[in-house]
Amino acid sequence: MASIDHQAELNRAGAQAGGFWGSLAYLIRRYPLGAAGAVIMIAILLMAIFAGWITTFDPTTTNSRASLAPPGGIHPLGADFMGRDMWSRIVYGARISLAVGIGATTLGCLFGVLIGLMSGYFGGWLDLIVQRFMDMMQSLPLLVMALVMSAALGPSISNTIIAISIPLVPTVARVIRSNTLMLREMPYVEASRAVGMNEVSIALRHVLPNTLAPLIVLGTAQLGSAILVEAALSFLGLGIPEPHPSWGRMLSESAAEYVRTAPWLVIYPGVAISLAVFGTNLLGDALRDIFDPRLRH
Amino acid sequence: MGTYLIRRLLMMILTLFGISVIIFVLLRVVPGNIADILFDAAGMVNSAEKQKLESELGLDKPIAIQYVTWISGLARGDLGYTYVSEQPALEEILPRIPVTAKLAGLALFFAIIFGVPLGVVSAVRQNTVLDYVLRVVSLSGLSLPSFWLGLLILMAFVHYLGWIPIYTNKPDRLWDELVLLSIPAAAVGFRASALIMRLTRSSMLEVLRQDYIRTARAKGASRVSVNYDHALRNAVLPIITIIGIEAAFLVGGLIVTETVFNIPGVARFLVEAIRWRDYPVVQSLVMFIAVVVVTVNFLVDMAYAVLDPRIRYDN
Repeated sequence: MASIDHQAELNRAGAQAGGFWGSLAYLIRRYPLGAAGAVIMIAILLMAIFAGWITTFDPTTTNSRASLAPPGGIHPLGADFMGRDMWSRIVYGARISLAVGIGATTLGCLFGVLIGLMSGYFGGWLDLIVQRFMDMMQSLPLLVMALVMSAALGPSISNTIIAISIPLVPTVARVIRSNTLMLREMPYVEASRAVGMNEVSIALRHVLPNTLAPLIVLGTAQLGSAILVEAALSFLGLGIPEPHPSWGRMLSESAAEYVRTAPWLVIYPGVAISLAVFGTNLLGDALRDIFDPRLRH
Repeated sequence: MGTYLIRRLLMMILTLFGISVIIFVLLRVVPGNIADILFDAAGMVNSAEKQKLESELGLDKPIAIQYVTWISGLARGDLGYTYVSEQPALEEILPRIPVTAKLAGLALFFAIIFGVPLGVVSAVRQNTVLDYVLRVVSLSGLSLPSFWLGLLILMAFVHYLGWIPIYTNKPDRLWDELVLLSIPAAAVGFRASALIMRLTRSSMLEVLRQDYIRTARAKGASRVSVNYDHALRNAVLPIITIIGIEAAFLVGGLIVTETVFNIPGVARFLVEAIRWRDYPVVQSLVMFIAVVVVTVNFLVDMAYAVLDPRIRYDN
């Protein structure tokens, strides 16, 4: 007869995970890939915050004598054509990448939530028009939309953030709308209405907070694409302007030439982009499993 | 089916109309008149020339008239003139279409032949080491920028073979051209295959839990027969839908990959037109891309309706 090891089962389910550290240990055991993603993201975040402490060179100072210096010595990852230290540029590049990624995602989510909430909660003709409009925006590929936007706005950091955030709006609006449609039928919404609360307050105080979980999941996934699109835009010469150290920009223009002569200029920025996006994707997958168990496979 | 088709067709036209308005307005509300930008770009100084340019572009007319002029031109196949070569834009674009179409076709082909079987394997062997490895590989496929993957491929060519594929001279034989194009297609297709693999996996897992799969197993059908005849057939529909979404994804990959490999295709032409600040051409090219994406989505929806006997749209 099979016997159940109660202690082992309780441990596996995390039932006895005590306090913050216990819960954390449980989550790491349960979602090892997600934990790896979180570690990568925290490392990149620390790199961005303490950029000044872990680099010796200024990322924009040129030095003709160090031009195309191979990795090693005082330039651990080598130097580019203008003699700028690659390690510094990669470390400071984390700031640009995260600032643009997080900025664009936040902005996109903000507008997406507003539009989705209004469209879902109030419904009617407003909903119909907004949904058709979102359909249209989604028919344009993310990169094309961002390309046109950034070309129209001109190259700068804030314009790049705006250009990337706009194509993110429809996806967020969709998800928030479908959640709102479900939430507005909840008994507690009915109850708030019965006690005479006005519709806008109900939408903001009772519906909005309950869309937070899907929003976190979606936001993480969007962060990955925002970082990728920024890299692609800058690679095409239309995102972050010089002399800001953007990972995508470092791969642009002459990169095909350096493939022959200075491969370190091609390898490291690409590794940085891939790691950042890989980290958000791992974390995003785990968050989706935690917050949305229906999709768990 | 008939009414569904007509309704879907009308929706498609409405969507395209909306997109055309969005693109048109977007490129006009931006700070800086198109004439000013072209004017600066062309290095002209005479203000009479600027006025001439404005009336040539029709920028002195009301915005609604400008829109109608543009759209009716598009309908006649008149995409305007490019400012760099002073050729009709259509003549520049048409010879580039087959190149991009072949590249996209090959990328999609790679994506499907790798993505679907690996997704099935991953689902059938759920939670094994193989599944974990395949999931990490597919997740990394979604994380590598395709332009960087392209650069890495170029690097491998330089390092191991000592040469780089060149695309400016088209090979005479179709087969040679396809072989050459399969190199950048691998860079574009890797990302697409990762997406298809993830979707195939979750779609298969969904189906494998159904009662009819248990029945098939119970009646003694072989593993292969259960997995491929019973399960994959039912799992394939959502996979077809993703190919529609993939069309939009592929465009992004094509833009950067054509730039990396220096391939004279339509996608790179968009980047060039943006660099030249040739906004009339940008506007028409974006519209062209939208038409392709929307049409692919429409075809996918139709395929869906035809392939799934459970779905009836008439009521």
